[in-house]
Amino acid sequence: MSDALLSLRGLNKTFGALKATDDVSLDVASDEIHVIIGPNGAGKSTLIAQVAGALKPDSGSVLLSDEDVTRLGVPARARRGLARTFQVSSLIANFSALANVSLAVQSHQGSSFRLWRSASRDSRLREPAQEALSRVGMAATRCDIPVDELSHGERRQVELAVALALQPRLMLLDEPMAGLGGQDCINMTAVLKRLRGECAILLVEHDMDAVFALADRISVLVYGRVIASGTPQEIRASREVQEAYLGN
Amino acid sequence: MAKHRAELLVNLVIALALPAAALTAWALGESFYVSLVSRVAILALAGVGLNLALGYGGMVSFGHAAFFGLGAYAAGIFAFHAFDGTPVISWPIQIMGAASMPVGWLAAIVVAGLAALAIGAISLRTSGVYFIMITLAFAQMLYYLAVSIPTYGGADGLILYLRSGFPGLDSSDDLTFFALCYALLMLAIFITWRIAGSRFGMALRGASRNEERLAAVGISPYPIKLVAFCISAMITAVAGALFAELVGFVSPTLMAWKMSGEILIFVILGGVGRLYAPIIGAAIFILLETLIGGITDRWQFVLGLVLLGVVLFARGGVMGALTGRARHV
Repeated sequence: MSDALLSLRGLNKTFGALKATDDVSLDVASDEIHVIIGPNGAGKSTLIAQVAGALKPDSGSVLLSDEDVTRLGVPARARRGLARTFQVSSLIANFSALANVSLAVQSHQGSSFRLWRSASRDSRLREPAQEALSRVGMAATRCDIPVDELSHGERRQVELAVALALQPRLMLLDEPMAGLGGQDCINMTAVLKRLRGECAILLVEHDMDAVFALADRISVLVYGRVIASGTPQEIRASREVQEAYLGN
Repeated sequence: MAKHRAELLVNLVIALALPAAALTAWALGESFYVSLVSRVAILALAGVGLNLALGYGGMVSFGHAAFFGLGAYAAGIFAFHAFDGTPVISWPIQIMGAASMPVGWLAAIVVAGLAALAIGAISLRTSGVYFIMITLAFAQMLYYLAVSIPTYGGADGLILYLRSGFPGLDSSDDLTFFALCYALLMLAIFITWRIAGSRFGMALRGASRNEERLAAVGISPYPIKLVAFCISAMITAVAGALFAELVGFVSPTLMAWKMSGEILIFVILGGVGRLYAPIIGAAIFILLETLIGGITDRWQFVLGLVLLGVVLFARGGVMGALTGRARHV
């Protein structure tokens, strides 16, 4: 028994001759922000997909609070408190921000088989959804617009609000800063910072300012392998990481 | 909001057009045209059923004729046995035939619901073109099954000598029968409206747009779509039962792929995912069939042109052309 919320034990995944995940083991404690960094093609997204349940590993296991969830699919893991965001925004395009978040709320309430009562007038859906949206800094006036008419930055916020509305134990964030401009990036970092302690976060990120501002621990993934894992100071000091990734 | 009001107005006009047409025909003593309006209402009802699966759930079923036909046979077989004085089934329990419309509707709903559960459970493991082909294949299987059962007329079909009764009403009266069809059509639209706006409906629309997202929030798309597929089939089956009573005849061609295509046309012509759209689609279809079909047997050439025009120039069907894009949720 460990006190880790998420444990990956010896995960392997190959695509043909390519070893996308090579014997990866790592733990995420229930109150930490754990960041995975690595160059393009290091297998970060493949790893995230295995944690979320979208991909099955060839071998190894995924434990959530000591429960083996390796064989469970995406919806079952989400119901166990594992919420994810996507590298490329994946919202329901013709739904408003509020409706997108409401879907997560109703999933959390376990009530998707109510066939009669109006969902749009249901305050038990609207209020938690609205709250999640305001927590990520979404302007209230923008919540009723279809998400395909929102800006890229706003869509990233909605993605995060959807994850929050699940009241997750672990958030799996795949490059939440991708494509964000300077101020949006700073805002998103601040929002994530406020989530520290509320739930664990496993974050894949390229933006080094955000990484070092947020991370409690960092794992470095190169060619599918974790080559280093430690506090931001340790990672910054590691010669191996410098050579493999950070450059100079 | 102006568009929203435009849509309400168009819906109201469509809803009132059917009884207005039926009453006019009745007042002029043209019972053929009363039946024709009943036909529009029934085919629209079949379309309303498909619209729940196609318009809200994104399931392009090319096999809804199976449910239309099953509904027709269910009602027809109950009436047939009532006429014959024999039981419909005698094991494990004996169920006698009944020349009663509510019984026929119930039988249609139960049979189509079970069939849709089986067909949907398998078909929904696929998507896209494969889903279209599998639903088509199941419908064709049922078509050949109906052809091969001599008890119920085989390929010749089953003639119903008397229209089944409805408690307290004279169902043989054309206007009364229209009223029944119309009431069921409006009820189905109301049910669809409630479902589409419910939590279930939100999940269903989500599943049709982005299954990955739905799964990521912890809702499995498969059971949501399966339940919607079954409800959709049940509504279409009631239309089939009414159709059997309207024409007094049930034949395997009701299950043939051409019928599936026609139900799809009602929905696409009218506007996919719009509540009242199947009425427009069915009305255009019947109008063309009656007006141009009276001049030439090639009336479907004109139907093809109309469909082509609507698909090319009005992506939301006639409804989309009249009131713009569907409101978002």
